[in-house]
Order: sequence, then C-alpha cells, then structure tokens
Amino acid sequence: MGLFGRRLRKNKPRDLVSQTTLDNAFNRRTFVIGAGMGGIGTILAARMAYIAIAENERWVLESESNRVNLSLIPPRRGWILDRHGAPLASNRADFRVDVIPDRMQDPVQTIGALAQLLELSENTVADITKKIDDARGFQPVEIATGLDYEQFAAISVRLPDLPGVVPQRGFSRFYPTGAAVGHLIGYVGPASAEEYEERPDPILITPGYKIGKDALEAQFEDELQGTPGARRVEVTASGRIVRDLETREDKQGAPVRLTIDGPLQDYAARRIGLESGSCVVMDVENGDILCMSSMPSFDPNSFSAGIGRVEYSMLRDDERVPLRNKVLKGLYPPGSTVKPMHCMAFLDAGVKPEEAIMCNGGRRVGNRFFNCWSNHGRVDMAKAIYQSCDSYFYHFAQQVGFEKVAEWAHKMGLGEEFDLPVISQFYGTVPDPAWKMRKYESEWQSYDTVNSSIGQGYYLTNPLQLAVMAARLATGDKVVPRLRMDEPVREFEHFNFTPEEIAYVRQAMSDTVNGPGTAGRARLPFEDIKMAGKTGTAQVVSLSVSDGKTGPWKYRDHGLFVFFAPFDKPKYAGAVVIEHGGGSGAAYPIARDVMTFMFDPAKGMEALRPLEEQWGGTAQQRLDAKYRAYAQAAGEVVEPVPQRTEQIFDQVEAEARLAQRQSEEMAQQATPSRNEGSRAPSPSATPQAGGGE
Amino acid sequence: MSGIVPAPVARQPWMMLFPLFGLIIFGALVLTSAAAGNFDTYAKSHLMRFAIFFAMAIVISRFNKPTVQWLTYPGYIAILLLLMAVEIVGQVGGGSQRWLEVGPIRIQPSELMKPAAVLALANYYGGLPVGMVPNWRALMPAGLIIALPIAFVLLQPDLGTSLAIAFGGFVVMFLAGLPLRWFVMAGVAAIALAPVAFFVGLQDYQQKRVLTFLDPENDPLGDGYQITQSKIAIGSGGLFGKGFNEGSQSHLNYLPEPHTDFVFATMAEEWGFAGGVFIIGCFGLILYWGLRVAKAAPDRFSKLLAAGMTATIFFYIAINLLMVMGFAPVVGIPLPFISHGGSSMMTNMICIGVLMMVNRWNMKAPRTGLIVN
Repeated sequence: MGLFGRRLRKNKPRDLVSQTTLDNAFNRRTFVIGAGMGGIGTILAARMAYIAIAENERWVLESESNRVNLSLIPPRRGWILDRHGAPLASNRADFRVDVIPDRMQDPVQTIGALAQLLELSENTVADITKKIDDARGFQPVEIATGLDYEQFAAISVRLPDLPGVVPQRGFSRFYPTGAAVGHLIGYVGPASAEEYEERPDPILITPGYKIGKDALEAQFEDELQGTPGARRVEVTASGRIVRDLETREDKQGAPVRLTIDGPLQDYAARRIGLESGSCVVMDVENGDILCMSSMPSFDPNSFSAGIGRVEYSMLRDDERVPLRNKVLKGLYPPGSTVKPMHCMAFLDAGVKPEEAIMCNGGRRVGNRFFNCWSNHGRVDMAKAIYQSCDSYFYHFAQQVGFEKVAEWAHKMGLGEEFDLPVISQFYGTVPDPAWKMRKYESEWQSYDTVNSSIGQGYYLTNPLQLAVMAARLATGDKVVPRLRMDEPVREFEHFNFTPEEIAYVRQAMSDTVNGPGTAGRARLPFEDIKMAGKTGTAQVVSLSVSDGKTGPWKYRDHGLFVFFAPFDKPKYAGAVVIEHGGGSGAAYPIARDVMTFMFDPAKGMEALRPLEEQWGGTAQQRLDAKYRAYAQAAGEVVEPVPQRTEQIFDQVEAEARLAQRQSEEMAQQATPSRNEGSRAPSPSATPQAGGGE
Repeated sequence: MSGIVPAPVARQPWMMLFPLFGLIIFGALVLTSAAAGNFDTYAKSHLMRFAIFFAMAIVISRFNKPTVQWLTYPGYIAILLLLMAVEIVGQVGGGSQRWLEVGPIRIQPSELMKPAAVLALANYYGGLPVGMVPNWRALMPAGLIIALPIAFVLLQPDLGTSLAIAFGGFVVMFLAGLPLRWFVMAGVAAIALAPVAFFVGLQDYQQKRVLTFLDPENDPLGDGYQITQSKIAIGSGGLFGKGFNEGSQSHLNYLPEPHTDFVFATMAEEWGFAGGVFIIGCFGLILYWGLRVAKAAPDRFSKLLAAGMTATIFFYIAINLLMVMGFAPVVGIPLPFISHGGSSMMTNMICIGVLMMVNRWNMKAPRTGLIVN
C-alpha cells in the first residue's frame, strides 16, 4: 500500500486524472484509433489498386497460365526402316501411366494404389520408388506402358483420388525383331535430369516423350524426333480438364532408311544361336552394310519401356556381355583371316604367287625357330591361303618387312575408323615398328613380325573391319561401308592389282571352302554359287592356361571367318566372329547359313529351324525364358539399375578394354596360329612342341 | 428529415444499415459465384443467417443499460466456464475442439467470448473510480478479464480468436485512458518476446505460415500457394473484374476457401478494384458510425463498449483483408458479413446489435457531459 501510495503521489503531477482528462483522452485516442483504421483501410485500398491495376498484366498472365494448361503432345518418332522399307523400329499406339512427383500428395499411397491396379511386382515398385526419389519433382516418371484398355480406364476413373497421376494414350517405340536389332538400333528412354539441364525444353519432361539413348536412335535423334503437338485445355487446380480450347497436331519425325536388310539381320542374329558373336554382311558393289548382328543382345522393346532391375542385372551378370555391340566394340586378334590380305601385300612387294617355301612344321626366322600349326611341306601362295600355313607368312613378312604389310592392312580397312553414323567404334590396332616404339618404347623384334604375320600379337580388329577387308579383297576396290540409304553411293578407288592377281587370291580363298582348304564344311548348298573365305582362330590366353578348345568358356579361342560370294563375281562379303567359340569351326557354319539365306531364304530357314529347336527357341524366346528363370532365381534381392544409362555402357566399354589388355600381354610371346582345318590337312597334323594343335 | 419518412424509420441508424445490407447482398452474390453459380449452396444460408442474427441484433439493441451491466459479469463467467468445458470435453474426447454441441446447436464459446470480454472490460473500466485508472492495482482485474479467455482459447489452439480478444481488450484499455507509457512498455516487451513466442508458442504449422508469409515465393506450391492464388485472383480482376460468375480462379478451384477466408479474392476477381472499393467503403462507413456512436455515448461504459465492439469488427476486417492481399500470414479469420459461416456472422451481428443498443441509449439520453454514470 505504502509503496503504491508513494508512487501514486510521486506520479500525481503527471497523471492527474479526472473525468475530463479521461474524456479528452478518450476523444483523442478514439481519433487515433479511427485514424489508424482509416490508415489501414487506405493501405488496403492502395494495395488492392497496386495489385489489380498496376500489376494487373502480370496477374492476368498468371491467372491464364493457371486456367489454361498447355500440354505438349509428344511427337511420334520417325521410323527406322531397312533397305526394303520394312520397319526395324516403329511406333505402337498404347496406353501409358506416368506420375509427376511434385503433384503427388502421398507418393507411397498413390504408388501403392497404382501397383494394385496394375498388378506391379514388388521389384517394379521398388524401381519406380527409386526413380521418383531420383527424379526432379517436375519430371514425369513412367509407371507403366502398354496397358490394356481396362487398366487404363480403371486408373482414369480413380484420378480424383490419385493426384499427380497422368494416364495417357500415346505411342511407344516398337522393335519388331527385338533383340536382333538391339545393338544396331539402340533404344529410347525418357530424358535424364542432365539432359534436361542442358536443353531445358519442356517437351523433354512431357510424360511419354522419349529420346534416343543409344546407337542409331541416339545418332539420328534430330531427324527422328519430330515436332511436338500442343493441346490447350482449361483445367481445374486438381488437373481435371474442363474443356479443350485448341489442339495442334504433332508432326511425326522423318523416317531413316538404312542399308540393313531386316530379315538378314534377324536371321544372322538368330543363327549365332547360343554363341556370343557377331556377323557382318556387306554388298561389295556399293558398300551397303546388309547386316550387323551382335548377339547375345538385349531386347530394345523392354529397354525402351524402362529397364527393370531384374533384367538389367541379368544382362550385367552375363559373361557374354549382351550390352556390348560386338560388331563395333568387340576387338579380336584377326588370326589367320588376315592371311589373304597379307598375300596382297606380298604381291604388291613383288613376291610372285609361285614362289614357294618349305614348311617343316615351322620356319626359322632370324635365329629362332617358329612353329607352324602343321607340317605343310612345299607351300606356295595359294596353299598358304587355303591351308593357312604359318611358315609361309613368317618367311615373307620377314622378307618384305612388316611396315609394308601394315600399310596394306590399313589400306584394306584394318585399324581404320569408318565414316558411319554410329556412336562409337573401336578401331583396334595394326602393329608396326613405329607404332610399337610409340606405344611401348621398345624395338620391333622378329617375333613381332612372326606374330603379326599370322594376325596375332598386337593385332586387334573389329568384325566390321574384317568384313570391309573381305569386301576389298574380293573386289580389289576400296569399298567404303555405308549405313544410310540416302547417302550417295561412292565411286570406289581401285587398288593397283592386276585382275589375275585378284583372281588368284579369290581362287585360293575359294579353295579354302570348296577345295582342299580349312573350311570344307562352309561350302554353300548350291551348285552354281561358291563362297570363298578364310578361317581364323585367335588365341585368347597363352597355351599354358588353356588349349583353347576346352575348359572355361572365357579361355577358349575366338573363331573367325571372313568370306565373300559368289567367289568368281563377288556380290556379298562379310565376317563372322564367334567369341570363345573354340576355333574357326564355330564361325564358318554361321557364315555358310547366312549366305545360304541370302541367296535362298527357304534353304537358310531350313538350316536354322532344327538348330533353334535344339537351342530352345528363337533368340527372343530364349532371352525371355532366360529372363523368367533369372527373375525367379533372383527373387527380391536384385540391385537397382544405375540411374544414368551411360553408366551401363561405360561398364561395358571398360570390359572391352580389359580384353584388349589381355591380348597385348600375350603379344609378348610367339604365338603360332591354331589348327584351322575342319578336316585334318595332312597326316602330320598332330600338335607340335610348343606350337598349335 | 422531412416529414415523409415516419419517425420510427428515420430514427434507425441508416448510416450503418445501408452499408450493412449492401455488404450482405453483395456477399450473397459473391457466394453464389463461389458455389459456381449456385445460389442454394452458400448464398441462401448466408441470407437466412443474416435474417436470424439481424433479428437477434434488434433484440440486443432493446436492452437497457442497467440490465446489461447487471448481466455482464455473470455472462462473462458463464462463457468462461463454457470455454473451460470445451477444453475438458476436448481433452476427454481426445484432440482439440472448439465447440460444444447441444442438440442441433453448435456453440463456439470462443466466438461469444470476443464481445463478452469487451463488455466485461468496458464494464470494469466504466465502474472504476476515475483516480484508479492509472493505478497498477487496477490493471490486475482488467488483465485477468483479458488473459483468462486468451489462455483458454490459445489452448484450443486458436491463435486468430486469441488475437481478436487481445485486440478488443487493448482498444478498450487504450481508450479507457491508461497511461500511454504502459502501452509503450508492453509494445517493447512484445517485440522482445516475439521471437520466443514464435519458437515456443506457435505450432509447427503456424510457424510455417509465418515464414511463408515472409517469403511466399519460397513455397509456391505449399503454404505460399494460398497467398499467391489469392493475389492472382485479385490482380487478374483489374479495375472492374472479369464479370459475375466469370472468375476462373474461384471456379476452377485454384483459390483456396473461396467462400470463407478468401471470399474477398473471389469477389475481387469478378468485380475488380471497384468491388473492393465498395466493400472497403461500406466497412469504413460502418466503423465510422461505430466510433461516432462511441463518441456520442453519455458515459464511459457505453463509450468503451461501443468502441470495443467497433474494434472487434475492425479486427476481423483488417486481418482478413491484409491476409488475402499478402500482408499478413494465413490465419483463419473470415470477412465479416461476406464470408459464409455462422459463428463469425453471429459475433459480428452481436457487435452490431450492441452498437445499435448504445446508439439507442444515446438517443434516449442525449449527451450532457456532466452526467457521470
């Protein structure tokens, strides 16, 4: 009390309160309050004027962009056609469902509902969840494509409960021959976050829009792409379409016509069968690549629909690297397949075809004796080719010098990159002294000449190069491969060989198949058409590890075969390379059947059908069956697919390089070629000490 | 007034009634549009509610001062008990709750508390001996009158209503002539305590709203969405709007709560700046009339009562409009007389009724300035 009293007294002079002062205070303060109210009212009116009048344009725009939804219509992709106009890649109308993560309120629940409606497996749901986590919120994530109408309708009616879900009718990419064109054509997929960053075009994040991800699909992206259509619709906040305002049709991308012969491509892929390998066939007259099959492969249809983790892990774990295009990125020592080409080099250097040497089961070069795979006795050029005698090549390579031979190897296309619309090609190695000095800083040794003369050592080629070499050998022209029909046919430069010289080598190569040569079983089942060829067997590991024919698959020899037909008037040339086929015997039957199919498809199919029955179906059927088995075995513990598709192929290329290293190591020692004959060439074809078999 | 208009009619506070009816009718139009052109959905019940609560306001206006004063504290205490009951029922029922259900009627005691607190406070300061006004001890009961309901409403939790009660209390105390420096001190303390209150006192979602308010573009699809959509609606309306029933923001559901909290944006999209000026103008007239009633009142209780009721209505208007124009965080406070909703209509019509009552007292006992109480 006292305290308050004192304070009150002390304050009194200032706070002298009476009815009048309070009334005055009330009036004053009411005025203040009123002024405050008026002030706020004025501020509000001014604010409203500012938003509604000064900023009107901006908000009208925003209101319009709310009201009107401009949805892009993904353009139909241009078709990829074979030389006859049949589609290798086309489009199929289908129903699809995507989600836009930003618009989902409860992703887990929404995905759960979709999984139930579409009967998605647990693995698929895990894939989708991961994709949603990785995607930017505005990027559509594909849930499923190829839905039937019932599923599509079931989702469409539940849309109000499924915010962020976008069901659409659209087109999906379709590859009629599936795995047969996987490596050649590539596949499509939605743009990645990086690609969108690089080119922030809204079409890239439109659900259903896909871009080429590999091979020709990626290479011809600009042409195949097309022009997106657009649809302006009035939508509610929840995305329900109230009415259509206007629609602009999409413009389909231009078709790209390839020189590939679709059926041949498919046949070759199927004929490779259980083996891991590749087959290239060219038209020698204009350089058209008719077939570039590489097996085992992946099914671009399922890749384009989004790679599942089970499928991806199956492909990754396969030691036959189904993700690698073996035609362009498989590098193999060419083995004896280079021998006819080396003969051309010898001819150019002045060696006469009749000049002969004695093969005593080998040949002394310098101060060392190098084994041949057999004892061939007296060997001239023709016999050297059809019997694949190593000694002949040891001798003459040494005599003309390997620089000369290497020069011709390059002229014939080995070690060369071709001007083709492909993402990448490994061009391999044609060794010569300068190259070895550059690469290893060591002198060229006589055993380098020996190894290289029979296509071993540092020699590495890809199957396309071998096919080009065969075409150039067959014609004596510098045939240049061509993959697009609309590219002009070039006039080929002619090598400086006499017709007699060319005919001589042709005859020798024909004898390989049709005469006393190493590939008797490669004979075509026609009276009037004869195929010429050259076998090759490339050693993968040194003899101390494996004999090349048995044992672990990855230690077996590569089987190679280059060919052209008809031998006297060449029209087609090609190469078959079978990885770890255990010798050329794995390769030339394939070449024979492919060429049989080329000249007489019915006969070719006759040869293929029993084989496929034995293997368990066509390549696609086997791939599907394998996938089912793998998925069953893998159960739920499958690792997810790498987020970026590039990673998938980086890995493959790394492995390719590994294989290259392996053969470089081997080049440090002398490697005679392997037994080439399907028939024993001579009674003395028993293994020589330290040599071939 | 000319003789044409009969005296009982001329006596009515037309300065307030015309704008009020204008707002109600305009509100019915806007609500029709908010229901995509359907009159029955919101507008019908809006008009019916107004009719009921206007009758209630007239009944209120017939009360005499002594009756009111006699009823003030029991009424206040009864509503306080109801607030506690809500809290208890809420606790028992699990989860927060704001209303009590008695048969078909749903009572929201926190709404009744807004006018009741103002009434109690006005009564308190009206009866307080003049000399005691600047006294600390006299502040204590007043503080309790305000703090108790605020505490219970905050427990619900209902930040908007607590602020409304606090604002009404502040205006009454301010006008009661409390020393200015107290308000300054309270202001300084409030600023100092604001961060503490923000982090301790606010729920997570409320904190987020405040942050969103400070930076709406930060979260355009989340909380900022509402403010942004509201601004789009107001801004795209322009000078005269898109026309009745033509608003795309409200019709296509971009605007959240187009019939309650964001009804002003719904209006502004279709009627433009002109409609906004009309509404703000009507409110201005009503509030101006309210303050005039307060000023004309013959005694402190009536003055404070009328001013407090005016302030309560003002608080609704100001917070709602500031919110829809992006000047205040999103708090669930509807726009008086326009928004669809029974409880806000009831509170505001109680305030109007009380103002009409004070206005009637004024006419019966013209102000002399000498009569005390």
